[in-house]
Amino acid sequence: MSTVKQDVRARDILGASALRPDGVAKVTGSFSFSSDMWAENMLWGATLRSPHPYARIISIDTTPALLISGVSAVLTAKDVPGKATYGLISADQPVFASEFVRYMGEPVAVVAADHPETCRRALAAIIVNYEVLTPIVDPELAMLATTEQIHPDGNLIRHQHIKHGDPHATGDITVEGNYTIGMQDQAFLGLEAAMAFPDSGGNGVELHIATQWLHEDRGQIAACLALPEDNVRLVLGGVGGAFGAREDISLQVHCCLLALRTGKPIKMQYSREESFFGHVHRHPAKIWMKHHANKDGKIVKIESRMVFDGGAYTSTSPAVLINGITHTQGPYQCDNAVVDGYAVRTNNPPCGAMRGFGVVQACFAHESQMDLLAEACGLSAVDIRLKNAMRTGDKLVTGQIVESVAPVERCIRETDAIPMPDSMANDADVLEFPGGSGRTADRHNIVRGVGWGVSIKNLMYSEGFDDYATARCTLSNGVASLKFATSEVGQGFVTLAPQIARSVLGVDDVVLETSDTQIGSAGSTSASRQTWMSGGAVDGACRLVRERLFEHVGKQHNIDPIRLMVENTDVIDTVGTFRISVADATQGITLSETFEHHHRKTEDLDENGQGNCHVAFAFVAHRAVVDVDIELGLVKVVQIATAQDVGRVLNPLSAIGQLEGGIAQGLGLAVMEEIIMDNGKVKNPSFTDYLLPTALDAPRVVAVMIEEPEPQAPLGAKGIGEPPCISVTPAIVAAIRAATGKALLRVPVRPQDICL
Amino acid sequence: MNEPLGNEMYTLHINGQDRPVRDAWVGESLLYVLRERLDLPGAKGACEQGECGSCTVLMDGDAVCSCLVMAATAVGSNIVTVEGLIEQNPTMAVTAQAITSQVTDVQQAFIEEGSVQCGFCTPGLIVAVHHLLDKNPDPTELEVKESISGNICRCTGYGRIFAAVEAVVQVRKANS
Ligand code: FES
Ligand code: FES
Repeated sequence: MSTVKQDVRARDILGASALRPDGVAKVTGSFSFSSDMWAENMLWGATLRSPHPYARIISIDTTPALLISGVSAVLTAKDVPGKATYGLISADQPVFASEFVRYMGEPVAVVAADHPETCRRALAAIIVNYEVLTPIVDPELAMLATTEQIHPDGNLIRHQHIKHGDPHATGDITVEGNYTIGMQDQAFLGLEAAMAFPDSGGNGVELHIATQWLHEDRGQIAACLALPEDNVRLVLGGVGGAFGAREDISLQVHCCLLALRTGKPIKMQYSREESFFGHVHRHPAKIWMKHHANKDGKIVKIESRMVFDGGAYTSTSPAVLINGITHTQGPYQCDNAVVDGYAVRTNNPPCGAMRGFGVVQACFAHESQMDLLAEACGLSAVDIRLKNAMRTGDKLVTGQIVESVAPVERCIRETDAIPMPDSMANDADVLEFPGGSGRTADRHNIVRGVGWGVSIKNLMYSEGFDDYATARCTLSNGVASLKFATSEVGQGFVTLAPQIARSVLGVDDVVLETSDTQIGSAGSTSASRQTWMSGGAVDGACRLVRERLFEHVGKQHNIDPIRLMVENTDVIDTVGTFRISVADATQGITLSETFEHHHRKTEDLDENGQGNCHVAFAFVAHRAVVDVDIELGLVKVVQIATAQDVGRVLNPLSAIGQLEGGIAQGLGLAVMEEIIMDNGKVKNPSFTDYLLPTALDAPRVVAVMIEEPEPQAPLGAKGIGEPPCISVTPAIVAAIRAATGKALLRVPVRPQDICL
Repeated sequence: MNEPLGNEMYTLHINGQDRPVRDAWVGESLLYVLRERLDLPGAKGACEQGECGSCTVLMDGDAVCSCLVMAATAVGSNIVTVEGLIEQNPTMAVTAQAITSQVTDVQQAFIEEGSVQCGFCTPGLIVAVHHLLDKNPDPTELEVKESISGNICRCTGYGRIFAAVEAVVQVRKANS
């Protein structure tokens, strides 16, 4: 990307690199994240967690904690007035463990006290007697009917079969592999934090919370508190990143319970270590995949078996599984398929949403397979992909026809056209070597490799779920105010929404009202859906207001409203000379409209995994260039070239930020990020031991945005958040394979996988 | 167990002012005291282990992780937080585009180059970049990367952050 900004930003309308309205607050430190909240008389809340992955709770004695000066409350399962469990898809996760703890870190009790240190002492004083049980941590074992069922709902969370075309079809060639994907953490920077204010009568609560989905949280919280939803008000606290980890409940119910019990504002915030236990992770998965193809490389059939470890509770596992198996073929044509997917309950940490949502796992397998196929047919990585590239009108293995714009071939060709990086300079600084600041690599052992990855990602929610979004637009005295419950988590919806209003209404001043539950749901900030869904809602509300404006102006000036349109900041008569500025036209009047945007309906899958279960799709290609120290197994990602199908670029500066950020996360999964488990215990819950990409690890990203507007999308734009992190992982691994000749069937690739 | 947690009294010198701290527990980090006692929440905590850089402040001219400094040991030091950068660097004050707030040139560049997404890493990075450019006005690309490699950003992949640093270096060069 040579230039990402337009030189002239005449008006910050759609297509301009409008700047973030919260930018000044964020650079000066005055932006209020949920962890920055403070209130007179507030107390701190803290959580006692199980040290065991699986145990029976014999007894809990909270009295010693209550005796500590400064402690106001200690709550356990028996203090939950409403529903004892919660969950996004199935309410199978206890607010507090009572009989059993099913994963290490499961909440057992909470305390409220005057100081975080008092909280720590109180937690240490609670006596819990456990009967430690042998955890079931292998999903293959857990899914057997003969294995102990660790939850009343059973160990098999979901099984789905896909049979498409002729299951007996064969080709000239087969390639197969067993792939493993490790457990990745979202590792948002802004830790879980919230502040709850009890209503004076104790009949309600207001929760300021960093979340992805205010209304879903409210429903789950209200049920546990046994309060009507109207008595539970949620306000979006400043969110320091999300990436899927804020879609499930973490401290929401606990914080409200403590506020209602003590009658005081409660602040809760997790530490980094606690955060590793406090939210769901990316599912670790094992995938067997077999491709049958003709000699020329054309795919005939794909067989696969995917096992996703869901951990102790359901979270979004059923949906993650479906995403995984319905993306088995990748962005390629495939007429025949047999796939079985299993999401399984174990005593590992619960897994759920993370950027890419099941497709990351499938993509690592199908892209590794494409390279095996290329080798078997004597084709290049590019040619095998071009040969099989999906087009609009092709069928998925679910029988669904891809109606989306599908420029797969263009993504590949445009990526291929991006110049390769220079080879390593003779006088290159050792910091540029693999291993970077470790300064251990030896130049003579460094080998360069190039690899490819291409992917397809569904946009929005699937399987019949109507994940609508709501927005209200109010226009008065030349100022538009927008109200929505959309979670701004960093992605830039607060920049985009005013751009939409400016484009539609011809105003320059746009005010954003507080995001809270005082309006209808916006759905979740996930699944690459907010630009499409909340963007569609804002666009719809603004268009309704514009109609009212035309009616008003038409009446005032005796012009048929149908002749009016907005040009820049004026309303003009398209067939006459009349012109009035929007500011003048709206003096003294207020026009307000609310709009709900729904995407087209989707269907459940049948028993053969057939059905139109997804809304739309986006595509992307990645080419990775890596340097590998083959002796030490160290990897440096030198360059990522990418061409992404974005529909339409609404804000170039925001768009490149999404691409670069996603690529860094995919790089993390490829070579460094993994939650390491040992018999149900998390071994590395800290930033010292869970490694994240730093500035020195960042590759040079060269990006092309492919703009072919998507007819289904309200603004022509596809969601761009997830695709960047999906195929970059297999591209990097393929590049390491090219440099080392190793098979590398698991991610992250560790030094020992390369050098031993 | 009925003793109050602490009754430490000391005074810190922050952003050019003496800031008394009362009834504090001796185990509190500088990060905690800034955020919870002195109403300076600009420094953020994301690991409290010295690994992420979100809590970066300047102490006697050095960039330090305030999560690793015991507040009571910072008495006598000259501390500058993100909130104080503008007063400490009045010559760098510019008016952010389309907004009337005064920000430093580094802050301005972060806004304009798209270096801010969720913004949780941002205050720490702003302090770190000021510190870098104070010591080294014309850093190489590698020097930039190394000097901010202790500041984790999970959102941006760093590309726009490099662009912001580059922009500041160019503007400062042109102005000097
Ligand atoms: S909070 Fe201090 S370095 Fe992370
Ligand atoms: S902008 Fe979110 S962590 Fe850097």
